[in-house]
Amino acid sequence: MVALDEGWADPARRYGSARRSRLLLDQAREQAAALVGCRPDEISFPSSGTAAVHAGVLGVRHARARVGSHVVVSAAEHSSVLAAAAHPSGAAVGTPRGTPARAGSPRTDPADHVTRVPVDASGRVHLDGFVRALRDDTALACLQSANHEVGTRQPVAEAAAACRDAGVPLLVDAAQSLGWERPAEGWSLVTASAHKWGGPAGVGLLAVRTGTRWRSPWPEDERGGGRAPGYENVPGVVAAVTALEAVRASAAHDAARDSALIDRVRRVVAETVPDVEVLGDAVERLPHIATFTCLYADGESLVAELDREGFAVSSGSSCSASSLRPSHVLVAMGASTSGSVRVSLPRDADEADVERFLEVLPSVVARVRALLGAEGL
Amino acid sequence: MSGDGPDGTLVDARGLRCPAPVIALARAARAAEGDDLVVLLADDPAAVPDVAAWCRMRGHTLVEAGPERFVVRVSRTPAAAGGSAPS
Repeated sequence: MVALDEGWADPARRYGSARRSRLLLDQAREQAAALVGCRPDEISFPSSGTAAVHAGVLGVRHARARVGSHVVVSAAEHSSVLAAAAHPSGAAVGTPRGTPARAGSPRTDPADHVTRVPVDASGRVHLDGFVRALRDDTALACLQSANHEVGTRQPVAEAAAACRDAGVPLLVDAAQSLGWERPAEGWSLVTASAHKWGGPAGVGLLAVRTGTRWRSPWPEDERGGGRAPGYENVPGVVAAVTALEAVRASAAHDAARDSALIDRVRRVVAETVPDVEVLGDAVERLPHIATFTCLYADGESLVAELDREGFAVSSGSSCSASSLRPSHVLVAMGASTSGSVRVSLPRDADEADVERFLEVLPSVVARVRALLGAEGL
Repeated sequence: MSGDGPDGTLVDARGLRCPAPVIALARAARAAEGDDLVVLLADDPAAVPDVAAWCRMRGHTLVEAGPERFVVRVSRTPAAAGGSAPS
């Protein structure tokens, strides 16, 4: 890796190795800008996708505190978006300390300033509801490019047009889709995470369109354009951007292949597993994710049994989550949460592995149900 | 765990974690006649989405939707008849 040899030095210094490091970082920013569809000076690299979301959401709320503290999100956003939208610090900025809440003020609860727009049974946000939620005091709207649990694509272009008309900046969490394609036009901010496209951990991506009001919610720091404070991880950034270029080069081919495999998973699971519901939109979805939920089975056991068969899947059930709460995405969709399983194909997914998964799944589900005494229901 | 109350069959699944409350509910519904009521008591937060989804998938009517007391009107339509076909 050239970046490890040449990119170890501090890109903010002036000695030779430091200037080489700066060159690598600038080059990476240019490559990333071309892949995102924006200008290089609009790109920064926070230390994770979550850090990128926090910087994007809090920075806009901070800069637009005089407009208001209202934030619009879809109910299916990633937890980092929901948490940053609800975070009290952004709402409190610009409000004099010690001001008593007015009687009947809707903002006494820190999360009261957030409108969560419902999604339909496929996980797609109700576009009309999203547009209607935009108000004069809306500081920011957030909509993911596609859902991280069920893969359903969101109507980002339509939402962006409505946000532009309302004068509200739109943050698009593109963590799930940036490895496949550019985000739809019209966004004000884009966030993503390199590990999602096969890059290293510790590299996030934040793009802020020129003209979008953004102010650092943290102490001043000149690095990362003020948006990603601290010593830049140049080798990580170079590796992340190189990986993104590589996956994009084969994206069309890989998407067609993965999508056909996922179509097969969706069809065969519905046919061979009793009392199952396949979730997410069948067509308007990411190429590589299939999610289904089995009645009378628990996610924890399904994950463990499939792990024993050699498959690493995840579940949105409360019994398998560290929070002990069911997935807010599945709840918003009205889906059964307990027996949910998400299959996410790696880029090099082998068709034979998918076939073997489909072969063992019915008996795995039957075994888990038998252990729970849930046969013949 | 279950018995007959004035409102129909009573299933007490308090203290049980997902998916045990729904399994107990499904068992009671299987034993019930069409239009019978089944009352489920459950305090696992996952019961709220899971009971609603189960009713939708099996064609039963959710009369009371929790958070700790659920009332289900059992249906005997083909979708709710059990067996292997997903609705």
